[in-house]
Amino acid sequence: MAGTSAVSVPATTGAALPMVGKSDTKPTWCPGCGDFSVLAAIEMAVKKLKIPSHNVAVVSGIGCSSNLPHFLSSYGFHAIHGRALPVAEGIRWANHELTVIATGGDGDGFGIGCGHFVHTMRRTVDLTYVTMDNQIYGLTTGQASPTSMMGQKTKSTPAGVIENPIEPVALAIASGATYVARGFSGDVKHMADLIQNGIAHKGFAFIDALSPCVTYNKINTFDYFRQRVYKLESSGHDPTNRALAFERALEWGDKIPIGLFYRTEKPTYEDLEEVLAAGPLARQPAGLKGRDALLEEFL
Amino acid sequence: MKEITIVAGGQAGDGIASVGETLSKAFTRMGLHLFGLNAYQSVIRGGHVWFLARASPDPVPSQGDTCDVLYALDTQTVDIHLPGLAAGGTVVYDPEKFTIDPARVPVGASALAVPTLAIARKYTSQSILQNAAGLGATAFLAGIPLELLQKTLADSFGRKKGEVVDWNLGASADGYKFAQEHTSPNSNAVRPSGEPKLLLTGNQAIGLGAAAAGCKFLAQYPMTPASSIMHWMAAHSREIGVVVKQAEDELAAINMAIGASFGGVRAMTATSGGGFALMVEALGMAGMTETPLVVVESQRSGPSTGLPTKTEQGDLNLMLGAGQGEFPRAILAPSNPLEAYHLTVRAFELAERYQTPVLVASDLHLSESFGTIDRSELHLDLEVPPVATAEPNGHEFKRYRYTPSGVSPRSIPGQPGLNYIAGSDEHDEVGHLISDVKAGVPIWVAERTKMMDKRMRKLDGLLKDAVPPVLEGPATAPVTFVAWGSTVGAVRDARRILEARGVRSNLLAVPTVYPLHRESVATHLRAAERPILVEANFSGQLGRLIRAETGFEVPHRLLKYDGEPFYPMEIVRKATEVIGHGRN
Repeated sequence: MAGTSAVSVPATTGAALPMVGKSDTKPTWCPGCGDFSVLAAIEMAVKKLKIPSHNVAVVSGIGCSSNLPHFLSSYGFHAIHGRALPVAEGIRWANHELTVIATGGDGDGFGIGCGHFVHTMRRTVDLTYVTMDNQIYGLTTGQASPTSMMGQKTKSTPAGVIENPIEPVALAIASGATYVARGFSGDVKHMADLIQNGIAHKGFAFIDALSPCVTYNKINTFDYFRQRVYKLESSGHDPTNRALAFERALEWGDKIPIGLFYRTEKPTYEDLEEVLAAGPLARQPAGLKGRDALLEEFL
Repeated sequence: MKEITIVAGGQAGDGIASVGETLSKAFTRMGLHLFGLNAYQSVIRGGHVWFLARASPDPVPSQGDTCDVLYALDTQTVDIHLPGLAAGGTVVYDPEKFTIDPARVPVGASALAVPTLAIARKYTSQSILQNAAGLGATAFLAGIPLELLQKTLADSFGRKKGEVVDWNLGASADGYKFAQEHTSPNSNAVRPSGEPKLLLTGNQAIGLGAAAAGCKFLAQYPMTPASSIMHWMAAHSREIGVVVKQAEDELAAINMAIGASFGGVRAMTATSGGGFALMVEALGMAGMTETPLVVVESQRSGPSTGLPTKTEQGDLNLMLGAGQGEFPRAILAPSNPLEAYHLTVRAFELAERYQTPVLVASDLHLSESFGTIDRSELHLDLEVPPVATAEPNGHEFKRYRYTPSGVSPRSIPGQPGLNYIAGSDEHDEVGHLISDVKAGVPIWVAERTKMMDKRMRKLDGLLKDAVPPVLEGPATAPVTFVAWGSTVGAVRDARRILEARGVRSNLLAVPTVYPLHRESVATHLRAAERPILVEANFSGQLGRLIRAETGFEVPHRLLKYDGEPFYPMEIVRKATEVIGHGRN
């Protein structure tokens, strides 16, 4: 089988090469924004896993939180609104030895990108998706988001939101995600652990980060969550039980669970796509040299 | 030119396409060139479908205007196609199904009653087998040897064996022999003529070209008439090492392809106008992030859902203008399967070289019609250069470095020391966004202009490396046709008919619609005596582009937007009318 190698990506683990750190671009978020914690948690998680920066691709869509790839020293793709996941999938399938982390906000992931969210989960692509969920549109200055709660008054809903919010954790469990967790920006260490385990997990890992907007959401604040969150790990929850996970996912009121809701093992899309058995696509031969037999079907 | 045209017609579900494809393959195995038109509707059962196969020892650029043998499975086929049967032609039908009033058979043509259902009953109660009998009778009239027909029919079942294959072979032989006993072959019946030809659709040629050019990833959402690109690629996915992903929608399809390209492989997506409309925003992202991408836009009749199974060239304006803001792109428009192969290869070369989206503008008539290619004309053994072009040099990597060509060194994830962020926001040479705290600050205002200029400079290179327009025919002629895409085929046929009538003509075919080789186009058109624009759309979209780019308004226009492809005689009539009006 002939053909020219399309690229020459080193297969090295590159232990001596730089790890992921902060880039020289300073975050542009408002002081006190929950997203700082998510950035710190992602950096901690990748560092602990000792993945060199050149083997990491961080992908995002559009929104305040979607600027995140610029603040890290890895490869990154800052895509258009709502399309982080399909871009991330394409990167994974081009080179499934890369660690691919998709990030973004609730509008990006559960509004304009909700179709991709559901489909990426059902196909068990091995990547990690961290949403910075602040239940509001920040960058467009304060409209209702798909996770804004019933009754919330915003610029676009002055009389209050009159539709039910998306429940991202429940939706993820229902859609076939194989690792479903919720973090809180008020507890960076806990969130970093959830993200680290999510990256290490083979399958689609979803971490919904409660990441308060200090400027436009005066309801779902740091204090709001501090009074309500409790950790599933310390409540005897069994994350291998999908039905129980779903039950916990529906809990949203005086008590809001954070931690790991659900975890299971399934073959990933990359496992099942037979073409990828020959190694990362980017290192496979490309072209049809020596494949003249292909023309037989046309004769 | 000795040529023969066969039409088989019936209802969807009757197996018309199989009859047509078997006849086509038998012709091309005889060494003949062929044009095969598969006309169908947006229904799975019923309605009216028909397949036309026109074969000749010479190249066959279009479906032509005649019909020598008509195989009619129902009365609607008789109503629609019998009036067009040529003198000396034959309509094949089964009198058990319906009768044909002899008065309706055109002068000089004849009807051949073949007991196809009775033949089928010899083998099975399934009436679909009548097709095999009709196929046999039709093949006899066309001059196809029985042995070749049987071999071709058997091959169409692949590795399948058993009674169904035997029934088909038996019934086709019975039909063939029945015709042999009751009539003689058509006066245009063909003879073997050289080496077997490759028979493929435009979409198969696009798939083959993509794979040969090094495409490793195709993401697509089903949409007529682009779907068969995905079908061919999926059927060969493992064999050729291409990941084929049916996405949840066109938004995902193009974004997956962009992600895969960023990740280090040549990637493609394909769709029709409706799907392309959804891809528009991401097309701009490929331009902005300088990610190579090939998009096939196989046009069908619009607007909106339009006529999903009928052709048109109505999306040129959309392709030219797709995306907010401005970014470099190329639009390549093949006219037949051989060009579809070569221009798809070229699309990948241009996309890689200039790190920008390149569109292959097809249409239903090219994508789904069959054409022939000489085996010696197709070379699959193309060199595929590496995707990454950057080397680490210890300094900060400038992924978007300003260069005279506008093309910057490119790395891919996994390469150490060359990390960068591809941003859909405006960015500097490193890739840092300048869209938030830097926006509007004087030095960054200047930077924005420099970055736009850098990207747009790539258009100069694209123009230089794209296939220029070709003037086919004599340097001067009373009429000059201007056409793009599949319409070029019918014009080529029209030119031959005019030539046979002693009327000289030439054709300015435009394989690269954008960037337009404006000087060449302007020179040819200004020198032309009577330029005629031939396009399958309402407003003359190529004509509008030519006027915008050259200031030249093509004075005569033959436009068509009824969903049907151009027929050569329509073009001949227009030319005759224009010449009759004297010089313009």
